[in-house]
Amino acid sequence: MSKEEKKVNRRDFLFTASYTIGAVGVGAVIWPMIDQMNPDKAQQALATTEVDISGIEPGKSITVLWRGKPIFIKKRTSEEIAEARAVKLDDLPDPQKDEDRVKDGKDEWLVMLGVCTHLGCVPLKDKGDFNGWFCPCHGSHYDVSGRIRKGPAPTNMEIPKFEFVDSNTIKIG
Amino acid sequence: MIKFNLKLIVLSFLLLISLKPLQSAEMADPIKVDWSFKGLTGTFDRASLQRGFQVYKEVCASCHSMQYLSYRNLGEPGGPEFSEQEVKAIASSFEIEDGPDSQGEMFTRPGKPSDKFKSPYPNVQAATAANGGAYPPDMSVLVKARKGGANYIYSVLVGYEDPPPGVTLDDGVYYNKYMAGNKIKMPNNLMDGLVEYADGTESTVDQMAKDVTTFLAWAAEPELEQRHKTGVKVIIYLVLLTTLVYLSMKKIWSRVDTEV
Amino acid sequence: MSEQEYVPKSKAGKWFNDRLPLLTLGAHLTDYPTPKNLNYWWTFGGILTFCLITQIVTGIVLAMHYVAHADLAFASVEHIMRDVNYGWLIRYIHSNGASMFFLAVYIHIFRSLFYGSYKSPREVIWIIGLMIYLLMMAAAFMGYVLPWGQMSFWGATVITNLFSAIPLVGDSITTWLWGAYSVDNPTLNRFFSLHYLIPFLILGLVVLHIWALHVPGNNNPVGIDIKKPSKDTVPFHPYITIKDAFALLVFMIIFAGFVFFTPNVLGHSDNYIPANPLVTPAHIVPEWYLLPFYAILRSVPDKLGGVILMFSAIFILFVLPWLDTSKVRSAVFRPIYRQFFWILVIDVLMLGYVGAMPAEGIYLVLARVGTIYYFLHFIVVMPVVGYLEKTDPIPMSISEPVLNGGAEPSLARKANDKV
Repeated sequence: MSKEEKKVNRRDFLFTASYTIGAVGVGAVIWPMIDQMNPDKAQQALATTEVDISGIEPGKSITVLWRGKPIFIKKRTSEEIAEARAVKLDDLPDPQKDEDRVKDGKDEWLVMLGVCTHLGCVPLKDKGDFNGWFCPCHGSHYDVSGRIRKGPAPTNMEIPKFEFVDSNTIKIG
Repeated sequence: MIKFNLKLIVLSFLLLISLKPLQSAEMADPIKVDWSFKGLTGTFDRASLQRGFQVYKEVCASCHSMQYLSYRNLGEPGGPEFSEQEVKAIASSFEIEDGPDSQGEMFTRPGKPSDKFKSPYPNVQAATAANGGAYPPDMSVLVKARKGGANYIYSVLVGYEDPPPGVTLDDGVYYNKYMAGNKIKMPNNLMDGLVEYADGTESTVDQMAKDVTTFLAWAAEPELEQRHKTGVKVIIYLVLLTTLVYLSMKKIWSRVDTEV
Repeated sequence: MSEQEYVPKSKAGKWFNDRLPLLTLGAHLTDYPTPKNLNYWWTFGGILTFCLITQIVTGIVLAMHYVAHADLAFASVEHIMRDVNYGWLIRYIHSNGASMFFLAVYIHIFRSLFYGSYKSPREVIWIIGLMIYLLMMAAAFMGYVLPWGQMSFWGATVITNLFSAIPLVGDSITTWLWGAYSVDNPTLNRFFSLHYLIPFLILGLVVLHIWALHVPGNNNPVGIDIKKPSKDTVPFHPYITIKDAFALLVFMIIFAGFVFFTPNVLGHSDNYIPANPLVTPAHIVPEWYLLPFYAILRSVPDKLGGVILMFSAIFILFVLPWLDTSKVRSAVFRPIYRQFFWILVIDVLMLGYVGAMPAEGIYLVLARVGTIYYFLHFIVVMPVVGYLEKTDPIPMSISEPVLNGGAEPSLARKANDKV
């Protein structure tokens, strides 16, 4: 290798190294500027909510706020459960058994995120063609298990992570 | 020529700074403590932070609020790092007012980690009235809000003395040699053995003052450990890049006859 | 401007450039012929651009979390420091960034004073620069009010009260500034609005500042006019860009030292006490970069007089190009002026120091002496020295240190030295 070539190589290495390391630094500086818009620590700390469900009559439902979004908690009657379980999976756009949407042994309690999976509106209860919910924004019909039956929404209403703390209290999140 | 003049500037400036202000005549300089959180890589002493929280909870909290802290902070990295269970237990030992409920009534419930530290008084006026006209300051950022920082807080805590002859004190006013004007409305609340430390450390006045000051230093700067760690990395990175860019610059300027 | 018209190589580039000549502008900026003897004092223009962008980016980010309300501002700052992801980092960069910005601008201004960069034909660059400096002070002052601590509140009270010194309408103006009968929530709100606006005005003026610079081209340590492009110049890229990058990185190391290891040393501890309209801190001081003017204000035992003198201290700089009578730009060739220049530097540093001290005793005396010299320097020293001074011989060009009137190469080499 001639002396001239060596010089060029060293120069190339220097410039490449400077550019590369400089780019890494710029990336490292950009991340905090992006991450600051993510939920902050105070928001993250509010991720669980406990709800008292002792006052809900069969067939009625309540709506509570969790992470700024409505949660529908419905105590279903045995007729409603039977109706939900009688539906053939083939008739569902997003096939899912009712049993998979409730906790074992607590079949009457439907706890779900009350947000239409189409574009985020809140569906109205006891409306629509399937005795469940109806989204007024773009006409999605949900059944008594919160599953999509008709309309533009692609999937069933989401079931959040929740558990029964005792028979009268559930913890969402 | 210019270099010489720079020296002249530095010299005259040092001369100026040596003319110390006369204002601090009656106030002793704070004791210098070798805190573990000092320096470029300083970190907090976890055990001291946990003990300091105990002192705060059992002694200070009856008058001083810490409204910008939440119980969850006690379990976060870089702080006292209590376990999740301990944080929950600490939080639930406080009755927090919440509401309104579905009837529109306020109610109390056990605290949750997401709750802010419970304040001893509902507002500044109530705190002032209950303490003989002197508001016990919120301690969330106290260490940053006092000249001298942690050293000053520690010094005041251990600086109570009998007033020298000739100094008379009103009722509810105490003599403290590190306080501005030497008069303080906070009584000396620390005495040996006041707190029974969970870890068995002997609770001397000096130990409690150090622990609670450490706790307050963390409360004011909970980001300190992360800041120090990131800072060291950033400086190393910058020095490396600066060296590379310097060499690149030398190379580029070698093409022209001017020195850079 | 480079003489030959720039023609983009690609067809698409040419199509675009015919409609919006951005590529021509880019080519002008990269090829821009720059004197090759610029020393490190010339890198602060680039550093200041970096400071402005840093302040704007971190400021926009902080505004996403800050709440401009008297009851919530202090708490929202604590929220940023404690809960927002990297909030502490962003806020410390912003608050220390203001100080670094002023550090750089003072070096930039004194560089201009030493090398005569304000003189013909660069008067407009100088005046735009001073307007930027004035806006910087306004932005920094209002930014300092936003955390709504004790220094925020009382600083705002004192500075807005300056306007009450104006005869007849002073009180009305002050009330108008406040939007209340004291500094209060409406004041905080409007300060936030203006604090967000001003950096963009500065950005606009910076564009004009650079535009005005590119008409005559850079001054240089020798202070002589040079042909462009010539063997006295180098293209801006890569020569000046790499040098600016190196200087900027050194600057950033100092900046990072403040942000990560002593983030509050340039601030005042009282500003971590929430604003209290009933209690004034024992010793109130502005941020360090305003201290010299604060010293001038306090050196006059008269309200209106002090205010007039303080504003004059800034506005006298606007007429500086016409107060300086010397034909020679660079102080390198002005042995007498050079001495006075350093006296001015020491004078301003001293004023800054006594501005931080109580206005009594020796400090008051020093403040008065300093103030008198400050004005004498511009009103008397600059015109008189310009006339009387026998300047050193000046080289014909940067590359050829041939002096008019005999060989004295050492002088020219000195001029080329980095400082």
